[in-house]
Amino acid sequence: MLEVRHLSKVFFEQNDSRKPGLVALYDICLTVRKKEFVCLLGPSGCGKTTLIRIVAGLLPADRGEVLVNGNPVTSPGRDRCMVFQQFGLLPWRTVLGNVEFGLEIEGVPREERRDISRKYLELVGLNGFEDYYPHQISGGMQQRVGIARALSKKPDILLMDEPFGAVDAQTREQLQEELLKIWAKTDTTVIFVTHSIDESIYLSDRVVVMHSRPGRIKEEVLVDLPRPRWEGDVKADPRFARLRTDIRESLRG
Amino acid sequence: MNALEEQALAEISLSPSKGFRVTDYLGLLRASSVILLLIVWEVFGRDVNPLFLSYPTAIARACVQLLISGEFQRQALGSLEVYAVGLVSSLVLGIFLGLLMGRYRLAEYLLDPYVYALDATPRVALIPLLLLWFGLGAPAKIAIVFLSGLFPVLMNTFSGVRTVSASLVDIGRVYGAGEAKIFTKIIVPAALPFIMAGVRLAVGRALIGIITAEMFTAVTGMGALLIRYSSAFATDKFFVPVIFLALLGVILSRAVELLQRRLAPWKETEGAL
Repeated sequence: MLEVRHLSKVFFEQNDSRKPGLVALYDICLTVRKKEFVCLLGPSGCGKTTLIRIVAGLLPADRGEVLVNGNPVTSPGRDRCMVFQQFGLLPWRTVLGNVEFGLEIEGVPREERRDISRKYLELVGLNGFEDYYPHQISGGMQQRVGIARALSKKPDILLMDEPFGAVDAQTREQLQEELLKIWAKTDTTVIFVTHSIDESIYLSDRVVVMHSRPGRIKEEVLVDLPRPRWEGDVKADPRFARLRTDIRESLRG
Repeated sequence: MNALEEQALAEISLSPSKGFRVTDYLGLLRASSVILLLIVWEVFGRDVNPLFLSYPTAIARACVQLLISGEFQRQALGSLEVYAVGLVSSLVLGIFLGLLMGRYRLAEYLLDPYVYALDATPRVALIPLLLLWFGLGAPAKIAIVFLSGLFPVLMNTFSGVRTVSASLVDIGRVYGAGEAKIFTKIIVPAALPFIMAGVRLAVGRALIGIITAEMFTAVTGMGALLIRYSSAFATDKFFVPVIFLALLGVILSRAVELLQRRLAPWKETEGAL
C-alpha cells in the first residue's frame, strides 16, 4: 500500500540556501498496509509533519522514495488526501462550498458534487450548517468540515497532521471517537500525526515513535487493543496503561 | 430557545429600560446638525462679500440656472466619461500587474523599479509632460486619471497576493489544483479584500486626477468650470461643481463599499463576531 524507503530530508538555512540547517528526516523506512491506522508520534521537531507532507507530495525528498501502490510519489494525487492542523478551510467559502472544493477541482458537475458533499456533511454530523462560514462555527465543527472534504475524494490514504491539536480536550475525545467510527465504515488507510501518547494508542493499530535531531524512527509499537474502542472504557484497560508506559519510555530513551 | 432558558429568562425578567437614550435618536440628531449648519451659513453668509463666500439659497439658485442652460450637464458628462475610461483601464492593468508581481518573483524583480519610481513621483509633476504628449483633449486627461488610479490598486493587489498564506496554497495543491486553478480559486479570492480596498483608493485618487487635469488644461469638464467661475469671482456658481464632486465622491465610495460587501462577505461578518 504505502512504502517509505530510506527517506531523508534536509532543510537549509533561511538566509543562505546553500548552507544545510537541519536534518529533518534521516533514513526513514516505513510500510503501511491497506486499511491500517498508523500514528506518527514524537516531540516537536522530530520531522513527523515533514514526513507526512512528503507522503502528501507537498514537499520533495532529498534521498529515498515514497511508493503508493507501487507508484513513486512526486506530487499530490487523488489517491491521498490531507487533513490540516489549522483545519485549512477557505474563509470565503461556506461549509458546503468548502466540502465541495476538492470535487470542484476535479471537475465534478455542480449538482453531483452538492449531493456528495451533503452526504459527507451528514456523515460528520453537520447537516444544517451548509450555509455557515467557517468563522461562524466552532473549531471542532471546522475540523469536521475538513474531514468531510478529505473523505469526499475517497482517498486510499488519509493523511492527518495533528488534526485535533487545535480543539479543546472534550471536543478532541469526541472527534477521536467519531473518526474511528467513520474509519470503520470505509477502507481508508490512515496516517495520523500527533504528539499525544493517549491519542496515538486510542486510535491506532501501530504507533511509530520518532526522535529528533536528526528526525528518525525510534521504534514501532503494535497496539493490540480490541476494536471497536469506543465501547466501554479502553483507557482503563491495563493493556492501555502498559502501552502508555512503554511508549513513554521509548520517547525518552 | 429551550424550555429551561425561557424559564430562566422569565425569572430574571429584565424590564426594558426607560428614559432618553442618545442612540435611539442618532439619525434625527445628525439631520438637525446639518440643518443648523445650513441656517447659520445662510444667515451669516449673506453679510459676507459675495466675491469671497456665497450662501445656500444663492448656490441653489446658481445650480438651477446652470442646469437649465445645460452647461453643467455637458461638462459633467464630459468629465465622467474621461474619468470612467481612465479608471477602468487603471483597474484592469493594476489588478493584472499586481497579481503577476505578487505571485511571480521574476515579474516583481523586473517591474518593481519602474513601479516604485513612478509611484513615488507625485503625479502632478508629470502633467505638463503628458499635456505635451497628448495635447489638451481627452487622451491627456485619460492618461492622468489612469496614472492616478493605477498605483493604489496595483500596490494593494500586490500586497494582497503576498499575504496569501502558503498553507492556503497547500490546500489547493493537496486537492490537485494546477497553477491556473490555484490562481482563480485560492489566490484571487484570498486577496480580494485587499484588491477591493485598492479599488476604493483608486476611485478617490482618479477623481482627484481628473479634476487636477482639467484645472491644468482649463478647457472642458468640472475642473475647467472651477477655474472659470473662480477667476470670474462667480462664487455661487463655483460651489455647484464643488458640491457635485463631493456628492460624487461619497456615492462612488459607498458603491465600492457595497460591492466589497457582496464580493467578500466573509470579511464583513468576521468583524461583526
